[in-house]
Amino acid sequence: MDEIISPAFVISVLAAAVAAGTAILYACLGELITERAGVLNLGIEGIMLMSALAGAGGCIWSGSAWVGAAVALVAGAAMASIHALLTVGLRANQVVSGLALTIFGGGLSAFLGRNIVGVPPPDSFRGVDVPFLASLPVIGRILFQQSALVYISFGVVAFLWWYVFRTRAGLRLRAIGERPEAADAMGIDVSRLRSLYVIAGGALAGLGGAAISLGTNPGWTEGMTAGRGWIAVALVIFAAWNPARAALGAYLFGGVEAGQFRLQTAGVDLSPFFLSMLPYIFTILVLVLSTREATRRILSAPAALGRPYVQEERG
Amino acid sequence: MASIGLPRAYRIERAPAPSRGSTAVISLLSVLLALLFGGVLLALAGENPIVVYQAMLSGALGDWNGVAETLVKTTPLLLAGLGVAVAFRMQLWNIGAEGQLYWGAIFATGAALFVFPTAPPWVLVPAMIAAALLGGGLWGLIPGALRAWFGASEIITSLMLNYVAILFSEYLVHGPWRDPAAFGFPGTPPIPDAGWLPNWGTTRVHLGLLFGLVAALVLWVMLRRTRWGYEISVMGENPRAALYAGMPTKRTILLVMALSGALAGLAGMSEVAGIGHQLQRNLSPGYGYAAIIVAWLGRLHPFGAVLVAFLLAALTVGGDRLQMSLGLPAAIAPMLQGTILFFLLGGDVLTRYRLTRRLPDAGPDALNSPNETM
Amino acid sequence: MRGITKRFGQVIANDRIDFASPWGEVHALVGENGAGKSTLMSILAGLYRPDSGSIEIDGQPVRFRSPRDAIAQGIGMVYQHFMLVDPFTVAENVVLGERRTNVDLELPRVERELRALSERYDLGVDPRSRIWQLSVGEQQRVEILRLLYLGARILVFDEPTAVLTPQEAERLIQTLRRMAAQGFTVIFISHKLDEVLRVADRISILRRGRIVTTTTPAETDRHTLARLMVGRELAAFVEQPAAEPHEAVVPGEPVLVLSDVGAIGEKGLPALRAINLEVRAGETLGIAGVAGNGQTELAEIVTGLRPVTGGTIQIAGRDMTNRSAGQIAKAGVAHVPEDRLATGLIGGMDLSANAILRQYGTSPISNGPFIAGKATARFTDRLIAGHDVKTPGRWAKLRTLSGGNQQKLLLARELEGAPRLIVAVHPTRGVDVGATEVIHHALRDQRAHGAATLLISEDLDELLALSDRIAVFFAGRVMGTLPARGADPEQIGLLMAGVATDPNSAGRSTAHG
Repeated sequence: MDEIISPAFVISVLAAAVAAGTAILYACLGELITERAGVLNLGIEGIMLMSALAGAGGCIWSGSAWVGAAVALVAGAAMASIHALLTVGLRANQVVSGLALTIFGGGLSAFLGRNIVGVPPPDSFRGVDVPFLASLPVIGRILFQQSALVYISFGVVAFLWWYVFRTRAGLRLRAIGERPEAADAMGIDVSRLRSLYVIAGGALAGLGGAAISLGTNPGWTEGMTAGRGWIAVALVIFAAWNPARAALGAYLFGGVEAGQFRLQTAGVDLSPFFLSMLPYIFTILVLVLSTREATRRILSAPAALGRPYVQEERG
Repeated sequence: MASIGLPRAYRIERAPAPSRGSTAVISLLSVLLALLFGGVLLALAGENPIVVYQAMLSGALGDWNGVAETLVKTTPLLLAGLGVAVAFRMQLWNIGAEGQLYWGAIFATGAALFVFPTAPPWVLVPAMIAAALLGGGLWGLIPGALRAWFGASEIITSLMLNYVAILFSEYLVHGPWRDPAAFGFPGTPPIPDAGWLPNWGTTRVHLGLLFGLVAALVLWVMLRRTRWGYEISVMGENPRAALYAGMPTKRTILLVMALSGALAGLAGMSEVAGIGHQLQRNLSPGYGYAAIIVAWLGRLHPFGAVLVAFLLAALTVGGDRLQMSLGLPAAIAPMLQGTILFFLLGGDVLTRYRLTRRLPDAGPDALNSPNETM
Repeated sequence: MRGITKRFGQVIANDRIDFASPWGEVHALVGENGAGKSTLMSILAGLYRPDSGSIEIDGQPVRFRSPRDAIAQGIGMVYQHFMLVDPFTVAENVVLGERRTNVDLELPRVERELRALSERYDLGVDPRSRIWQLSVGEQQRVEILRLLYLGARILVFDEPTAVLTPQEAERLIQTLRRMAAQGFTVIFISHKLDEVLRVADRISILRRGRIVTTTTPAETDRHTLARLMVGRELAAFVEQPAAEPHEAVVPGEPVLVLSDVGAIGEKGLPALRAINLEVRAGETLGIAGVAGNGQTELAEIVTGLRPVTGGTIQIAGRDMTNRSAGQIAKAGVAHVPEDRLATGLIGGMDLSANAILRQYGTSPISNGPFIAGKATARFTDRLIAGHDVKTPGRWAKLRTLSGGNQQKLLLARELEGAPRLIVAVHPTRGVDVGATEVIHHALRDQRAHGAATLLISEDLDELLALSDRIAVFFAGRVMGTLPARGADPEQIGLLMAGVATDPNSAGRSTAHG
C-alpha cells in the first residue's frame, strides 16, 4: 500500500497523465474550436486515425518525426475539410457526416497502413528535458520532462485561450457559434469562418494523432487511437468549451489511463472499469447542468451548435 | 432561421417535395459516383478496383457461405437500425444504440445464467427476449428522460452512455461473471443450450434474423397504421403542430427512446443467443454506430432499413473476404461505406434545397410573423 | 430618396416614392399594414435594393449593397428583433461590428468611448453589462449606441415602442428628441398616432405603396391622420354586398367569454391587459389592429397555446381557463392559425395525414389503436371535394399545394365536426382571390349555422365584410367595439392608433366589451 501513496508514485502517475493526455488534449482543442464555431464534428476519431497513420508514414518516409507531425497535421485538415464541405457548404446533417468521417477514416487508415503495421518509425518524439525547469521539484518531473509535442500543446492551450477570449477574431468565433444571425448582420461571413474553424480543428486533431503514433505508441497499428477521439468530444463539454479546462480534463483522462496500469502493477484490486466510467458520467452531469437555466450562463454550449446556418441572399 | 424578422427577397428554401423517382435517381447516382471515387482511391493505392469490387461481390454474395455470413451480419444491423430509425423519426438523435445493444446482451445473459438456468427453451428464449428489451429499453430511457425533462442533448448523453455500458460489460466479463473454466478469452460461461437460438440448417444464420424481419414489419404497421405511429410522425415533422393538435410530447419522447433502446437491446440478445452464446468483450464491432447509417440511409423507413442492413452487411462481409482472396485488408469495406455516405449526403442536398424567390405576399410588413420556414 | 420603386412578385410595395428629410429632424412614417413603410426603410438601410430610384445623402448619391455599406455611409436601422449576442457584453457586441484589423480587443478603450457616448445622449447603458441581463428597452438602447459608435448619423426605427413598457417608451422618445437636437436625423415607423404627434417634426403618411402626404403635427390632428391612413376606396366585397349578402342572424348564447384576461407575450412583457370580450353563437367578432398589439396572444390563449396570467375564459359555459390545446379543441373550438405551415399543417406529410390531425383519435378514423385507411381516405376526399381543394390527390405532399389550397384544406379540417367557436387568424393571408372567396363563404356558412367566430385580420375590408361587430386592439387592450355595419373607417383607424374615441360620437359601442 505504501508504494501507492508514495510521492514518487503519484508524481510518476501525474507525469504519465500528461504524456497520455496530450493526444486527447489536441483532439479536444480541435473539437473545441469547431464547436465554438457552431459545428459538431463527430468524425474526430476517424481524423485522428488517419493522422496517426500519416504521421507514422511521414516519419518512416522522411526519417524525421517533425516531418511526420507536419504530415499528420495536413492529413487532419484534409479530412476535416470533407466535413466542412458537407456540413457548412452543403448544409448536410452534421451527425451523419461526422459518423461517416469516422467510419471512412477508420477504413482508409487501415487500408493505407497495411504495409507499415508494426514497422518502428526511425524517429519519434521522445522526452526532452527543458533546461533548468526540468530540475524543479515535483512539477519539473511532471511538466518539463516531456516530449516536444507536449510542450507545443502547452503553447496551444495558452494560445487558444488568449485567442478565443482576448482577440477580435476570437470574438467573431464565439459570435458565429452563439448567434450567427447577429454576426451576419455585422457583416461577418459565417460560412467561410465556420469552414476555416472546422478545418483548423481537424489540423489540431491531426497533431493528436501524431502524439500517439509518434509519441506514446510509436508506429502504426490499426485502430490505435482506441476511442480517444470520442473521449475528446466528451471532453469538450466537460471543459465547458474552455481551453484551460480542456487541459485539465485531458490530463484527468490521461491520468485515469496511466493510473489504471500503475495501480494494477502495484497490485491494487480496484476495478479499473468503474474508474474509467467516471469521466463519461461526469460529462453527462455537466451537460445536464449546462442546459438548466440556473447554471446555463456559466457552462453553456454555443447556442447555435449543430444547426446549419442559412445565409440568406439580399434582394 | 428564416423567421428572424429580417426581410429578404430570396432565400434558400426547401424544395416542396422531390418525387420518389428523382430521389432514387439521385441516390443511385451518388452511390455510383462514390464507387467510382473509391475505385480511384484503390487505384492510387496500387490496387485494381475492378478486381477488388468483383472479389467483394463474390465474397459476399457469390456462394452460399457468403450469403449466410451476410445474413448473419444483417441481423444485428437490422434490429439496431430499426431502433435508431424510430428515434430519428422523432428527431431524437439516438447515438447510443451500441450501449443499448450491450445492455440488452447483459440482461439477456443474466436471465439465462442466473434467473432461468434450467428452464426449457420455450421459457428461456422469451425470457431472454423480454430481458433484452427491458435492459436496452431502460438504457434508452435515460437519455430520453434527460431530454424530456432537462432538454439535455440526447446526442451527447446517449454517446457517453455507450462507454458506460461497454465498460460495465467488461467489468462483468472480467469480474463477477467471468467463466473460471476459460483460460484465454475473457467471457461469461456459455448460456445454457436451451437459450441457443436455432440455426438455419448448417449455416450460422439464426432465428435473430426472423426477429429482425418481424420487427421491421411490426414497426412498419405501427408507423403507418396506428395512432401512436401517426403521433410520432407528426411530432418529428412539426413539433408545433403536434402541440396544436394536443399530442403528448414528453410522454412520447420517453416511449420512443425506450422502444429504440429496446430494439437495440434485442440486437444484443440475438448476438449472444445466436452467435457467441456467451457475453464476451467486443461483442459488437460497432453495430450500434453502423445502425445509425442503416437508419439514415434507409430514410428511416423499416423496409429501407432491411435493404440497407443487408447491403451494408454484404459490403462488410465482402471486405472480410478480401483478406482471404486477395490478401487485402477488410478495412476497404468501411472505406467504401464512408465514401458512399459522403456522396449520398452531398447528393441529398440537391433534393432538399433550392434557391427561390420569396412569395410576394410575405413581404417585409409581415415582419412580426414567421415566414414559411424550413 | 427619389422615385423609389420596389416590387415583390406581383405586389408593388413602393411605388415611385420621393422622400426627403433634413438633418436634425424627427420624421415619422405612418400607414396601415402593407402600406410599404418597412420596405422603404429597409431599402434605406441597405437591406433591399430598389428596382428603380436613387438615394442621396447631403446631395451625394449613394448605393448600398448591404447593411454594412449603409452603416459605413452613416445610416443605421434598429429592427424589432435585435441582432445582439446574449452572452456578450455591450462592448463586445459593438466590437463585433467594428471593421478594425488589429488583433487586440481593446475593450477598455471601447468601453470608455461607449460610456462617453452613452452619457452624451443619456442612454444609460453600462458597456460592461451582458445582454441577457438587460431589459428589452435597454437592449434597444444598446442597438442605438452601437449605431452611434459605428458612425451612423441617420437612425431608422421600425416600430420602436412596440416592445417597450410605457416608461421605456417615454424614455426612448426623449432620447429621439435629444438625438435630433444634436443634429441626427431620426426616422421612425409607427402606428401610434399619439406618440407620432408628440415626437415628430414631420409626418409622412403612406398608403398602398405611395406617400399620400407629408405634414407637421401643427397642421394636423389624430382624426385627419387616421382618415388619411385608413380612408380608402372600399374594396369589392364591401362595395357589392350583393355578391354575398351579410345575412342578419340573431345571435344566441355567448359561446366565448373573456373576463379580465391578461397574458404575457414572447418577450416577457404583458401582451394582454384586462381583456373583456364576448362572442355569441351566430356572431362574428372581428379583431382589428396593427400587428403586434396582442392579437396573436389573444388567439393563443383562447386556443390553449399560451397560459393566461389572470382572468377567466369560458367556452360554451364551461371554464376553460388555461386548459390544454387538446382539451379546448375537444370542446368544439376550431383554430385557423396565423401561420398555417408552422402551426396548423405539416408540410412534409400528405393531405390525408394533415386532414386527420384533429380526428385521428376518434372513430371512424381511429379503430382501436389503429388508423383506418379507408375511412381516412374517404374523409380526406370529402374534405378536398367539399372545399374545392385543387390537388392531384390526397397522397400529394401538403407542401406542393398553393397557399390558398393549403388554407382551404386546413379550414375544411377545422370546420369538420361543426365547431361551436372558430378562431380564425389572418385566414386569407397569402391566399389567392379564388380561395379567399371559398374561405369567406365557408365562414359565413358556419355563422349561419350558429357558430361563433373570432376573426383576427389585418385586412380591414375582410373584417368589415364578415363581422357583426369589430373590436379594435391596441397595446393589449380593447380600445373600442363597434358594429361592423356602417362602421366609420376613420374611427377604426383612430382606435387602431391608440386614440380613444369621444364617448359621445355615434360609433361608440354600447355592447359588452
